[in-house]
Amino acid sequence: MPISWLLLTLFGLAALGFWLGQTRALKSANGDRKALHSLPSYYGGTVVIWTILPSLTLLIAWLFIQSPVIEGFVVRSLQSETADGDHASSLMMADVRRMAAGLEIISGAKDLEQNIINYSDEGLKNFQDQLSANGIALGSDLTPEILTAAQTYLKLSDTSSFWMNLVVCVVSILGLAFGVFRSNKDFRARNVVERGIMMTLICAASIAILTTAGILLSLIFNTIEFFQLYRPIDFFFGFEWAPSFSGRGGNSLLGVIPLLWGTFYVSLIALLVAVPIGLFSAIYLSEYASKRVRAFAKPLLEVLAGIPTIVYGLFALLTVGPMLMRAFGDETIGLMSGGNAVITAGLVMGIMLIPFVSSLSDDIINAVPQALREGSYGLGATQSETIRQVILPAALPGIVGAILLAASRAIGETMIVVLGAGAAARLSLNPFDAMTTVTAKIVSQLTGDSDFSSPEVLVAFALGTTLFLLTLALNVLALYIVRRYREHYE
Amino acid sequence: MTNNGMPQDLPIPARSLKSTNAHSRRRLRAEKCFRALGVSAMVTALLFLLLLVMSIVSNGLPAFKRTIMSVDFVLSQEQFEEAEAALLKTGVYSDFFTQSLVETIQALDIPIEVDQGTINRLLGKVGSILREHYRSNTDQLGQAVTFEIPMASRVDRYYKGTLSREGISSNNRFIRASDLDLADTLREAGLIRQTFNWQFLTGVDSSVDNPGGAGIGASVLGSFFMMLVVLVLSLPIGVAASIYLEEFAAKNWLTDFIEVNISNLAAVPSIVFGILGLAVFIQFMHLPQSAPLVGGLVLTLMTLPTIIISTRASLKAVPPSIRDAALAVGASKMQAVFHHVLPLAMPGILTGTIIGLAQALGETAPLLLIGMVGFVARYPDTILAGFEGPNSAIPAQIFNWASRSDAIFAEKAWGGIIILLLFLMSMNIVAVLLRRRFERRW
Repeated sequence: MPISWLLLTLFGLAALGFWLGQTRALKSANGDRKALHSLPSYYGGTVVIWTILPSLTLLIAWLFIQSPVIEGFVVRSLQSETADGDHASSLMMADVRRMAAGLEIISGAKDLEQNIINYSDEGLKNFQDQLSANGIALGSDLTPEILTAAQTYLKLSDTSSFWMNLVVCVVSILGLAFGVFRSNKDFRARNVVERGIMMTLICAASIAILTTAGILLSLIFNTIEFFQLYRPIDFFFGFEWAPSFSGRGGNSLLGVIPLLWGTFYVSLIALLVAVPIGLFSAIYLSEYASKRVRAFAKPLLEVLAGIPTIVYGLFALLTVGPMLMRAFGDETIGLMSGGNAVITAGLVMGIMLIPFVSSLSDDIINAVPQALREGSYGLGATQSETIRQVILPAALPGIVGAILLAASRAIGETMIVVLGAGAAARLSLNPFDAMTTVTAKIVSQLTGDSDFSSPEVLVAFALGTTLFLLTLALNVLALYIVRRYREHYE
Repeated sequence: MTNNGMPQDLPIPARSLKSTNAHSRRRLRAEKCFRALGVSAMVTALLFLLLLVMSIVSNGLPAFKRTIMSVDFVLSQEQFEEAEAALLKTGVYSDFFTQSLVETIQALDIPIEVDQGTINRLLGKVGSILREHYRSNTDQLGQAVTFEIPMASRVDRYYKGTLSREGISSNNRFIRASDLDLADTLREAGLIRQTFNWQFLTGVDSSVDNPGGAGIGASVLGSFFMMLVVLVLSLPIGVAASIYLEEFAAKNWLTDFIEVNISNLAAVPSIVFGILGLAVFIQFMHLPQSAPLVGGLVLTLMTLPTIIISTRASLKAVPPSIRDAALAVGASKMQAVFHHVLPLAMPGILTGTIIGLAQALGETAPLLLIGMVGFVARYPDTILAGFEGPNSAIPAQIFNWASRSDAIFAEKAWGGIIILLLFLMSMNIVAVLLRRRFERRW
């Protein structure tokens, strides 16, 4: 029975329970709704909770535990024959899993006893061809051990899912019976249902914590694994980025410094574009512009913020890059050798950040109390003097916060640099050179088939950790500054 | 009111506020400069927007057109049998076709030499189109059938103006200047024309041997399934979390911790969510790679903070008097929230959700990490396969096209961007309309 049917059964039982609980409660009050403690639907709801909650929890827990336990069994049986390392067994396990999927597809192959597979070399080869005809490619040649392991795997999975179905159904029915049994007119059903809803709400709110924990755990574990294969000191202070995918590690140079340099350079150019334009637009919009201009220009600026980054990436790759090439390329002054360069990515990223900087600064400038402006005008200052000498100093902490937030955005931005900045990791001061960034390298190291065991792949997690910590620090700092600033004037 | 305190006959001062001197002129000039700086910043930003929009429109619109040649062709029963018996079936079909086409063109009295190679360069491989047609319509054997054959991608680009004659060398394998002369003549004769490219909207990705036929249809479907997952998960979870935080949460360490987490998650780079998805859903839970289901899960986690923040704002906007009134007539706190506050906040919540979904729809980076950039050249067979089978998404497909070298794919990428932006625009318009229609001022 597939899981969808099991779930349907559970919901069917729940519906039945709802009806049973409601009728039983009404019956105990001789059909008089006023004699009940809660509305009838709450009695039904209590039974539904009893039917669904324990069984569903059990189901989820079972699904989580099932595959590690089964794989443990299979790996132990495999290891007794091959006695290989951890790594080899995890590769083999992947084959076993793929194999098992293949056995499911090809009818008749699933059963050990029926045994349509010939265990001779030729028979195995035939079977592998049959598998690849069905779209299942194994990592290595098919061996009898893997075949038996796959069959054991399937058999164990079948047994496990049989017991899972049975146990979950029984628990659900027991829950239903218990719930119905408790339904009578004096039972405080509403309190139970509301407590249940409350628990659900708390669980939903905790998903934010779970997500953060998930991010931290997935980064930390893989980073630790990376540092067991590669010396941390070479990673953090290495000036060379040259991963090799040919050999089994060892000769790759995975220094993070060139990537960090590229990231900071691109972000710097982006901020040099975005901060002046964004800040002056915000000043113009909030201090000078008439209502009509504001109503027209502000939404247009915000359109820039709503455009997905892939669009900016393509814009960098196919429009801005060639445009800069025409201006600075070999035909004119020869500064640029290719469209992909730090300046391309930085410029486009700057455009992307303009609305971000301007709307944040706009909020902050508007939050400066009107009394400060009027005081300054009263002393005879012109509008620009007021802005430069009163408003901007008052708004400075907030604006710094906004710039830090923009910097964090720039550091974490991926698509623009993947498409616009180039792929070569180098330490150079020339903004017309192609360089690469942390995010771009995360993408290139993790895209494609990967088995999460070579340092060249695992380095992406170390890069991810670096990126996460950098942006987190910037965000926390910026939010702290902005919040303190807001409190200052509220 | 009397003027006692004001001497009537005071002389008008030589320097009024209105008159200027060197100092005040300098200040006024500084004022003007500053203002001009503001205007120019504004205008620069808007010019960037204009440049962006123009390059999207001018580069993307050609993707919606394609050049076709309409040809009348007769295939006899014997030819059909001969072709089906041959080893390279499509090759035989295309031989028959080119022979007939060469004769047709020669009958037009065109002073350009036409041979099979010319036809092959102009039309690409036509055999499979013919074979598919005749195998499913055997009754049309021996009758004249009008085929509308898409031209090769280079001829297509020539008519769209992205391929110039000058760059073509005389021994180019793909196209020659004489081919284009022939195409021009045929165009005047009415055999070649441009039509709307439905294939781009409904088709699937294709490889380099048929670059003109690549379409975005399958990845639109992939995005649709992904958005379905995001909607089904993030709306209830987001609303539940916001209700707890806004209405019930006591001020304690747990609540504070959740709040800090949400505001930090909102600022975590999207690629980190991709790493999370790869490590947790694929490496740990062994969910299938490249599946819209996994993409949807990752995007859900990414959108949740946005939805929670906007939902909390709209819950906060419902005045406390509503809650008080419900409590006064005997509702429990839970009933007050679910029966009264939530329905009133619903328009705001939906607006926020649509905006969150629009953000998720355009997100690319996390999808790259969970493998949604593979080459997917077919529609899913079943609804279940739509969720867990490999598929692409609109932005990932655009990225995929953008990283290929053939120039025709650049045009496809821009066209894909127009589609993506149309979706985003309509979602945002719906959100704005919702807000206009149901906005309530208390």
